[in-house]
Amino acid sequence: MPPTLFVEQVLNGFQFGLMLFLLAAGLTLVLGIMDTINLAHGSLYMIGAYLTATLVGATGNFWLAVPLAVLGTALVGMLLELSVLRQLYRRDHLSQVLATFALILIINEVVRMIWGSQPLLLSTPEGLSGPVEILPGLYYPAFRLVIIGVGLLVALLLFWLVNRTKVGMWLRAGASNREMAQAMGVPIKPLFTLLFGVGAGLSAVAGAFLGPILAVQIGMGESILILAFVVIVIGGIGSIKGALVGALLVGLVDTAGRAFLPLLLSQVASPEVASNLGPALASILIYLLMAVVLFLRPQGLFPVRT
Amino acid sequence: MRWFFPVVLLGLLLAFPPIAAATGLDFYQGLLTKIMVYALAASSLNLILGYGGMVSFGHAAYFGLGAYTVAILMREGITSAWVIWAAAVGLSALLAFLIGVISLRTRGVYFIMITLAFAQMIYYLVISFKQYGGEDGLRARRPEFGFFELNDTTLYYLTLGVLLAALYLMHRLVHSRFGRVLQAIRENESRALALGYPVFRFQLVAFVLAGATAGLAGVLMAHYTQYVSPSLLAWQQSGHLMMMVILGGVGQFWGGVLGAAVLSLVEEVLQDLTIHWQLGVGVILLFIVLFAPRGLAGLLRRKV
Repeated sequence: MPPTLFVEQVLNGFQFGLMLFLLAAGLTLVLGIMDTINLAHGSLYMIGAYLTATLVGATGNFWLAVPLAVLGTALVGMLLELSVLRQLYRRDHLSQVLATFALILIINEVVRMIWGSQPLLLSTPEGLSGPVEILPGLYYPAFRLVIIGVGLLVALLLFWLVNRTKVGMWLRAGASNREMAQAMGVPIKPLFTLLFGVGAGLSAVAGAFLGPILAVQIGMGESILILAFVVIVIGGIGSIKGALVGALLVGLVDTAGRAFLPLLLSQVASPEVASNLGPALASILIYLLMAVVLFLRPQGLFPVRT
Repeated sequence: MRWFFPVVLLGLLLAFPPIAAATGLDFYQGLLTKIMVYALAASSLNLILGYGGMVSFGHAAYFGLGAYTVAILMREGITSAWVIWAAAVGLSALLAFLIGVISLRTRGVYFIMITLAFAQMIYYLVISFKQYGGEDGLRARRPEFGFFELNDTTLYYLTLGVLLAALYLMHRLVHSRFGRVLQAIRENESRALALGYPVFRFQLVAFVLAGATAGLAGVLMAHYTQYVSPSLLAWQQSGHLMMMVILGGVGQFWGGVLGAAVLSLVEEVLQDLTIHWQLGVGVILLFIVLFAPRGLAGLLRRKV
């Protein structure tokens, strides 16, 4: 196997993992602090991508469109929190799963009403569509490098927010013991609305940057949402560090599995078996990873509550 | 008077095919078959979800596995219905056992997510086997029972029979010692444990029973549509079944049946009205969850 291919796949996995982290971060905080399962988190990712595509069309400038789309999605997220999710904090998980499942159906149809059933075109911003030579003989798409940069930057910002600011301290207090945090005077209600907005904004960032690579279409948020859940379950619910480790793990394992498993199998098995089994194994690899992690550590890698 | 309504309903169901044939309402006979299949699947989910308190988000895996067993075995030239049914139920039970052994170690959100993850595994596995249709799905011819031919009408009666038998057994089960313990575990797991009940084993048995029953429902679904596709295994299908259970009433005996009937009818009506029918389904579901958490069976019971 050529080393350039290996480096390229590792970078791809890293890039995908960072975007997964943006989705998983909001999800894990909502789940850890509010004890609320939000399946509609993927819908916010979809809204982010649709808003970006529309705003790029209107302004012609990707770098102007993204912040506006992130802001818009954050507003939608806060509206959702105020109208529906707030009712669900005290309810059991089953109700939360079903209510947010209903939200997915509703948001999908509303998006279909506004934008139609056809996928939207969101192209990579000009100047970034070509490859760059990052190592001698190794060309890598410039836009994917930008994604890695943005992902790292947002991750750093988030860590600073959670670990170094007062709001972050409240969040961590809420994640480890909500009642106690409330008793100590943490303004839980506005904090939850704000947190929801931040989570929505983060998923919009992921939607905006993955949109040009994947596709902007209805249902795009659902498959990636399940991956984000795998990430936070592996990492431990409520832990930002766990979300980062889990996301990079899932991103790398998924990408590497798809790229290398069929190759590896073809060396030990007949081509027919390899071409059948390779993709099958690769697609279930991360779920196997999750099953193994949960079997060994039912609370994930970095449990928050003890 | 408690038996009056069920007996009348049963009479109507038994008399429906000849009436439908005479009046040209064949479409509704098919719809009723589909509703009964979903009633079976939703009731099996209600057993673990409602009575066992296990929020399994992967019930479509067993449903789809049952359906795919029919299609694949028929494709491979095994046409005996008895073999196919036994294989489908057996495989679904085995899958439920394997998933249950690992998943039941976890609780709460982790349990919901790990059952979902396992169902996704099955989904992607099925999609990647190109010789069995991959994403396009596969034709599922109807197998041979020997002493009768499986057509739309016999399938209707067969499904009715299976549903009645399953409901009878489930009624016996939830009112047996086993069922009581299961509900005790749902109410307070540590207390059940302290009383000396092997909680894990009770839950696992219920989990396997529910999986096997869902597999059987999948078999009937394959006989009904004569075609299987990965959408049977998709996570939306698991959500769909959960929707039926909560719509009908979680842990209410008739919850699964009621929810399957009402949701299927509502979908049918909305699909006729608008292409945005899922919006209607979503709004109804949201209202049920927010304002009638005990479902339709709960609403009916409150009035009586």
